[in-house]
Amino acid sequence: MDTAWAPASEIAAAVADGRTSASAVVRAALARIVADDPVLNAFTAVLEDRSLAKARAIDAARLAGRPLGALAGVPFAVKNLFDVAGLPTLAGSKINCERAPAMRDATLIERLEAHGAVLVGALNMGEYAYDFTGENVHYGPSRNPHDVARMTGGSSGGSGGAVAGGLVPLALGSDTNGSIRVPASLCGVFGLKPTYGRLSRAHTFPFVASLDHLGPLARSTRDLALAYDAMQGHDGDDPVCAPRPVEPVAAEIARGSEGLRIAIAGDYFRAGAFPEAQTALARVAAALGVTTEIELPEAKRARAAAYVITAAEGGALHLARLRTRAHDFDPAVRDRLIAGAMIPAALVTKAQKFRRWYREQVLALFAGVDAVLAPATPCTAPRIGQQTFVLDGVELPVRANLGLYTQPISFIGLPVVAVPVPLEPLPIGVQIIAAPWREDVALRVAYALEQSGAVAASRPSPERDKRARR
Amino acid sequence: MAKRAKSSKSKVRARRARAKPRVAAMPPKPGRKAAQRNSLDDLVDAAARALDLPVAPQWRGAVKGNLAVTFALAELFADFPLPDDAEPAPVFSA
Repeated sequence: MDTAWAPASEIAAAVADGRTSASAVVRAALARIVADDPVLNAFTAVLEDRSLAKARAIDAARLAGRPLGALAGVPFAVKNLFDVAGLPTLAGSKINCERAPAMRDATLIERLEAHGAVLVGALNMGEYAYDFTGENVHYGPSRNPHDVARMTGGSSGGSGGAVAGGLVPLALGSDTNGSIRVPASLCGVFGLKPTYGRLSRAHTFPFVASLDHLGPLARSTRDLALAYDAMQGHDGDDPVCAPRPVEPVAAEIARGSEGLRIAIAGDYFRAGAFPEAQTALARVAAALGVTTEIELPEAKRARAAAYVITAAEGGALHLARLRTRAHDFDPAVRDRLIAGAMIPAALVTKAQKFRRWYREQVLALFAGVDAVLAPATPCTAPRIGQQTFVLDGVELPVRANLGLYTQPISFIGLPVVAVPVPLEPLPIGVQIIAAPWREDVALRVAYALEQSGAVAASRPSPERDKRARR
Repeated sequence: MAKRAKSSKSKVRARRARAKPRVAAMPPKPGRKAAQRNSLDDLVDAAARALDLPVAPQWRGAVKGNLAVTFALAELFADFPLPDDAEPAPVFSA
């Protein structure tokens, strides 16, 4: 079995029936990290002893005839804003290096490991998650496995790079305004941003409390579903985590898109997209036979309101650190946070009022459709260090605008699967957006697209990789 | 007649847009000559004092630039008509 590119579901099946061992799978993952991470820069910590011990325990459980979880022996890694017992929770910053090591794992790590997954490390990210590029002035940029001179996207840059580069089949990230969907798009992998409040955020470093989500990135829809099912369930440690029953989806995805009403988001989501984003969207729509277009009302205002709430809440969160440690921030993040701390409260309150109005308008649309398609990013991966791009004839900063199409969706907490369209030379993602609590719908559409061949996580060319190493 | 004239202007604008992108919503680049003092300077000075938040001279341009972007975006929704009793999105329950 080629565990570098095998789906998590196949690894778990092979471990369960003894075709391979968890120890062999984890050792292979650790070896790939040693070999490839010096270029990809996806990892900030590797947990060799811990992961091998966990793998041995799984192998022992199998020999003893005990039942194994649905993710038995599957190596995974987490964005370094997740608490990992024994590590300081960096959240991409230099300042947090001085934090005491976490006393326990984040809830979602515990839940994945309870189903047999094996944590192998912590992943690079944009500082304090205020980023769409995957660049980091302290730890270096995470690099796109399809072209290591290009961005992974952020802020879950290491998560996208580790999965796309074949280091692990599964990673966790966070998404406040698009930080799972942007790297999934630029790295050509699948990403799930669940409904706001679906998955526990307990024991992770926050960014914008009213917008923060956590979720998985993987190379197949089935793997997203397996991980998502393992992580569902109420958690009293996160006041936002909804007291809803677990609603498993892994057995549902094979139903595909039959009977679902799907439309393309028009207007705002059509403007500014580069040709590759339009091609990807057209390919996905054609595969589904979708021609209907709908308008998400006032999406431009929604994006603006999300921007203001993010800046203000981010500035408030970091105010004490900005007073005393401003020189230790990434300058690009620091200047945005300082400005955010100065935003008048009246604008933030209005943004939150507008948010409820916008939510009601968009939810009304779901009376007529089950899923909506939209680009995930306006373009494929920009070069690392690229400061601006031109959208609709206007030069804009890359860092703040790669999430142009993701922000109006997370603003009201809708569940989204980002699916990768394997264009050449670089992949790009499309968002499948569903009504609140209907992750099953988005995952069914993603699975149908995967079965049709329209979307897939394409393996980076070894030749390209060799060129990068020379 | 008027319609034709408008269309011609639009084409000229479109050609100009292709030839040279407009620069909008851009924080100033480091080292760019400081812009003239304006109301954002007053806000930065007052907020920095009130919040006890140091703003080094070399950061000031970028902070002002980010505030300018924020206010430009806020204009999109600040006057959006909503009733006084519109409930903000986060709802607290005791």
